[in-house]
Amino acid sequence: MGDASVWGGVRVAGPIVLLLLLLPWFLPPYQTILFSYGLAFAVAALGFNLLLGYTGLLSFGHSAYFGVGAYTVAFLVKYLRIGSMELHLLGGILATAAVSALFGLVCVRYTRIFFAMLTLALSQVLWSLALKFYWVSGGTDGLRVPTPTLLGLLGGPKADKVAFLSHGYYYIVVLVFVGAVGIMWIIVHSPFGKALQAIRDNEIRAEFVGIQVRRYRWLAFLISGVFTGVAGALWAPLNGLVTPDIVYWPFSGRIVFLTVLGGFRNFTGPVVGAIVYNYLETYAVGTTTYWQFVLGAVLVVLVMTMPAGIVGTLVRLLPRIQRAA
Amino acid sequence: MTELVIQLLNSLYYASTLFLLACGLTLIYGVMRIVNLAHGTLYALGAYVTAGAVLTLGAEHPLALYLVMPIGAVAAALTGAVIEPSLLRPLYRRPEEYQLLVTFGLLLILEDVMRFLWGALPLSPSAPADHLGSITILDATYPNYNFLVIGVGALAAAALWAFVYRTKFGVILRATSQDMRMTSALGVDARRVYVLAFTIGCFLAGLGGAIIVPISGAALGMGVDALILAFVVVVVGGLGSLEGALVGSLIVGVFRTLGVNYFPEAELAILYLITAVVLLVRPTGLFGSA
Repeated sequence: MGDASVWGGVRVAGPIVLLLLLLPWFLPPYQTILFSYGLAFAVAALGFNLLLGYTGLLSFGHSAYFGVGAYTVAFLVKYLRIGSMELHLLGGILATAAVSALFGLVCVRYTRIFFAMLTLALSQVLWSLALKFYWVSGGTDGLRVPTPTLLGLLGGPKADKVAFLSHGYYYIVVLVFVGAVGIMWIIVHSPFGKALQAIRDNEIRAEFVGIQVRRYRWLAFLISGVFTGVAGALWAPLNGLVTPDIVYWPFSGRIVFLTVLGGFRNFTGPVVGAIVYNYLETYAVGTTTYWQFVLGAVLVVLVMTMPAGIVGTLVRLLPRIQRAA
Repeated sequence: MTELVIQLLNSLYYASTLFLLACGLTLIYGVMRIVNLAHGTLYALGAYVTAGAVLTLGAEHPLALYLVMPIGAVAAALTGAVIEPSLLRPLYRRPEEYQLLVTFGLLLILEDVMRFLWGALPLSPSAPADHLGSITILDATYPNYNFLVIGVGALAAAALWAFVYRTKFGVILRATSQDMRMTSALGVDARRVYVLAFTIGCFLAGLGGAIIVPISGAALGMGVDALILAFVVVVVGGLGSLEGALVGSLIVGVFRTLGVNYFPEAELAILYLITAVVLLVRPTGLFGSA
């Protein structure tokens, strides 16, 4: 990567980061918290898209890693009395790394529909454990996640939750989000990322060039799982409650949905998709009992008319608009 | 001894409902290479339509009740006949993530359509099961209705086998599933085969829902839960294989019954682990071909 592209990246990313940091000062707390949800999902979508968009593997079991991240936080609070945000994130990363490394070993032996089904089956093992071992996991009632502490100073169970989430915690979410975008950008533009794309485009040719296909897929799976786990760990204190729903397979469908909504053929698509999806779902739930209908209809229309997603369609339309102007 | 017989009957009952659900899923995958995530929801639709009809009719006319029960299967079949040409046909040339997503969208839509039509509370029309009473096996009582369910499952398996292996349309169906382009070149209208296969699959799912509704009732979310079990069956038996769906249903039926009785906590986890192990050892399932 040359200096020019680094500067180009900073020129684009700088104002966005600045805007993200200023947001809590002119948005009401509720909107800030809502936006934090979107950013947390965006981290999950970035991780998911390393598999779908860059490696060409459709996982229908990413609820597993999101769930492991979130449940790790809940377990740390409940059984070890650890309330520190930094340790929550560390724990989430270690736990999802372990689980996705193991599941990945099994899953990357297959591609296409078998890969999708195997990831789904394994995620449902975790779901049924979360559901049935209720004396550990709280069953369908779930586990409460109290407000964590930041750097041992801010927050804690006694702090004003709304103020904490919209000011202190929001910055952690932004920090993790920006870090995740940066790391993922480096990954997909590294030789490793290029190798993944080569595997996606032509597995046999990639093998002949000397790429260890299965090993690279496993690494992509591991990174993807960890990103999604971090998202789960970020989400847990926001939501305040962790239930088996986030490990159930329709939640995996939701991760696929938001990634395709933004567009999985480009880097920013999943981020945009996650944020837009979060607003879409929140307002659909707020306005009608039949919000699932609204989401389902959006999904069907999206797949039929706009398969490239929001960003993909914009990228295609922009030159035309510029020419017309 | 009594317990063994009862558990065996329970396994068969369970296998029978699973087979109705799973054989449609596998038929659709076998012919058109689509994993229909809305399949469980069509099963739920069958349950709701039959439940609605039975409750409207009341418990006074036993014979009419049994005659009206297949209406759920017909409703699911009609829905399938609309879905395939309108939503799936444009997507056959696209990558499978789009096909999975469109059926996932359908699942969300149908769930809320059922919530709108029948409300959020479960329906439990037990009249058809009550009318049949129960019999005493050794020293335990067992509902007669369960025998009806086992019978319908066995009948469906036999009819499907005869249809696929002994009729001309069955030959066309199998040919299309092996090589769609070749069969088209030989003058078969593949679009018609696809609509019919999808409709038959949905009919069987709806029949599964309709037949169990007097025992388990109709509730929101039942389709989402059921799909995942059907999925276990299909993966164990082999995607696209009808024999596999039958054997898979029996295996899952037995393990589920054992699990519910002896390890209730790990009951579901065991099933998913079996699935993962089968996929690892034989990725195409017990009866599948690549």
